[in-house]
Amino acid sequence: MSTTAISQRPVVLGADFKRYWALSWTLATTEFKLRFYGSVLGYAWTLVRPFALFGVLYIVFAEIAKLGEGIKGFPAYILISMVLFQFFKAVVDGCLTSLLNRENLLRKMHFPRLVIPTTVVLSSLFELTLTLAAVFIFLFISGIFPTAGWLELIPLAALLTVFATGLGLLFSVLFVRFRDIAPIWDVVGQMLFYASPILYVASMVPEDFRQLYMLNPIAVVLTQMRHAVIDSGAPTAADEIGSGALLLIPIGFVLVTFALGLWAFVREAPKVAENL
Amino acid sequence: MRIEHLSKSFRLPHQRYSTLKERMLHPFRSTTFDVLEAVKDVSVEIGEGEFFGIVGRNGSGKSTLLKCLAGIYRTDTGAAEVRGRLSPFIELGVGFNPDLTARENVTINAIMLGLSRKQAAERFDEIIAFAELEEFLDLKLKNYSSGMHVRLAFSVAVQADADVLLIDEVLAVGDAAFQQKCFEQFERMKREGKTIVLVTHDMSAVRRFCHRAMLLERGEMLGIDSPDAIARRYNELNFGRLIHSQTEGERFGDHALAEIKEAWFEDARGARIKSLAQGQRCTMCMQVRFHADLDDPIFAFNLINEPRHTVFATTSEWSDGPSGHFAAGETVTVRVAFDNWLAPMRYTITPSVARAGMGADALDLREDLASVIVHGTRATGGIADVPHEYSIDRA
Repeated sequence: MSTTAISQRPVVLGADFKRYWALSWTLATTEFKLRFYGSVLGYAWTLVRPFALFGVLYIVFAEIAKLGEGIKGFPAYILISMVLFQFFKAVVDGCLTSLLNRENLLRKMHFPRLVIPTTVVLSSLFELTLTLAAVFIFLFISGIFPTAGWLELIPLAALLTVFATGLGLLFSVLFVRFRDIAPIWDVVGQMLFYASPILYVASMVPEDFRQLYMLNPIAVVLTQMRHAVIDSGAPTAADEIGSGALLLIPIGFVLVTFALGLWAFVREAPKVAENL
Repeated sequence: MRIEHLSKSFRLPHQRYSTLKERMLHPFRSTTFDVLEAVKDVSVEIGEGEFFGIVGRNGSGKSTLLKCLAGIYRTDTGAAEVRGRLSPFIELGVGFNPDLTARENVTINAIMLGLSRKQAAERFDEIIAFAELEEFLDLKLKNYSSGMHVRLAFSVAVQADADVLLIDEVLAVGDAAFQQKCFEQFERMKREGKTIVLVTHDMSAVRRFCHRAMLLERGEMLGIDSPDAIARRYNELNFGRLIHSQTEGERFGDHALAEIKEAWFEDARGARIKSLAQGQRCTMCMQVRFHADLDDPIFAFNLINEPRHTVFATTSEWSDGPSGHFAAGETVTVRVAFDNWLAPMRYTITPSVARAGMGADALDLREDLASVIVHGTRATGGIADVPHEYSIDRA
């Protein structure tokens, strides 16, 4: 036999990238499919959640509290921001419990450990794509039509994905050791929702704090999204934070988070099977 | 496949802090833990095409060793190296999802075992045919019987087509027909020259398939030997540890003239034993002390099995004739040696001493004074496995 001896130990990614990908993809698609099994309306349910929440929040904040006075396309802004934030939250939440949920696989099968969080990210991305399709229809109805700027959504969503994945990887291995990561993240996630420009726009934040405020990568993504998709007259993320160079700080923060998450995962994942 | 000085231990904390609060409340209390050495310094080289057995009692570290081989656990020291593709069956049907159909589960499982999507699709028909589940392809798995479930899982595992298979106790499940199928499959894989490592308690499977076997006990490797030798040692290990709740039965006779002090079993070398392997020579012994002068007393043994049948009885009178004169104060040991062809089971002996003459009345008779466990690798259903030869003559 020509194959070389392979030393057996738990692997994070493994030498065989194709297998990692095939496994992640298959698990993600079936997980996604399963979500619609047994429910009559299937796809509709994925839409009901963001749209219903959007309806409530819109009425409270835009109609009653009159937060969005004079902001062009404010309902559309709330909707997309919310969908993006829910995607972010779904990835982190999903990753957090993923290792524990797949315990029986981890303890009995040899496969790249990174498959498990990857599955969560992939299936959340599928859901985001489907939801955005419905959101776009909403945009056409409210009179906002596609421009070349919409393409910016792809790198923006990518940045958000990297951020969420980094946090998710970090939390997933921490959760195996400390179960109270879950309630802590619950609170922090809630705070993050209000600390991000979802029900308001970044320009409403007092100027003194705005630079600091824009260090939040989610604020950067949503502000840039507003400029690119909703209203090309609105300030870009670079405008809000002060300069393009300063944008490197939140972006760097995302990359550091991702690196930290990956480092923690690579370090801890091989031990996970026995610590679960 | 090569395993070099592989060790694995687990920490078992006495009190596990799984929340930050607990940790903060007891900042100075160090987490104490026991170290459980599940596998200690195991080395073995398994050649290509070898069928290798790993046996051991519960908790001896077999499954941990297998999980280290499969790369599920990290090893503390040492290494396991495998050439070729490895497919572990630690448990069948891991990752089967009850809400999916057989078709989808097979695909997922096959990919998990290392096939590509294309290979999985190509082998799909074979897998289903082997499991004999053609009619139930699009049924959700939750509607499967547990037997169907296992059949499907086994078929996928077999078709994963690895060079090296690690099998952990999969034979324990399934009905007789399915087990037969598993056995046939093992035979086939053996013929195809696959390397197979089988973890099991089933000594007949070890003897039937394995070229060599390893015996583990409390994480330590007790030896690597032929399946027969290992099966025998395994049985010794198992039964040697059985607690002998030796309840002596009733005692007859007044034992005033002669008294049976004790009884025991010996092996061929004269060592006292509590268990012995079928086919070995063994000796029943009793020690008798005389309190008065006696001529030609009769010594007798009754060997009784678990269902309380006297399997074998002998007296010195029948076999040996008059025993001679014994003086008061004398102590003798009476031995009866025989080749042990008894069925595997627990046996007790009832030794007795009687006065010579018709209607011999017992001086001392002690029921079930000693016991021994006979272990073998096959239960034939007979009460004894008498050595025999077959011949078939055609007219």
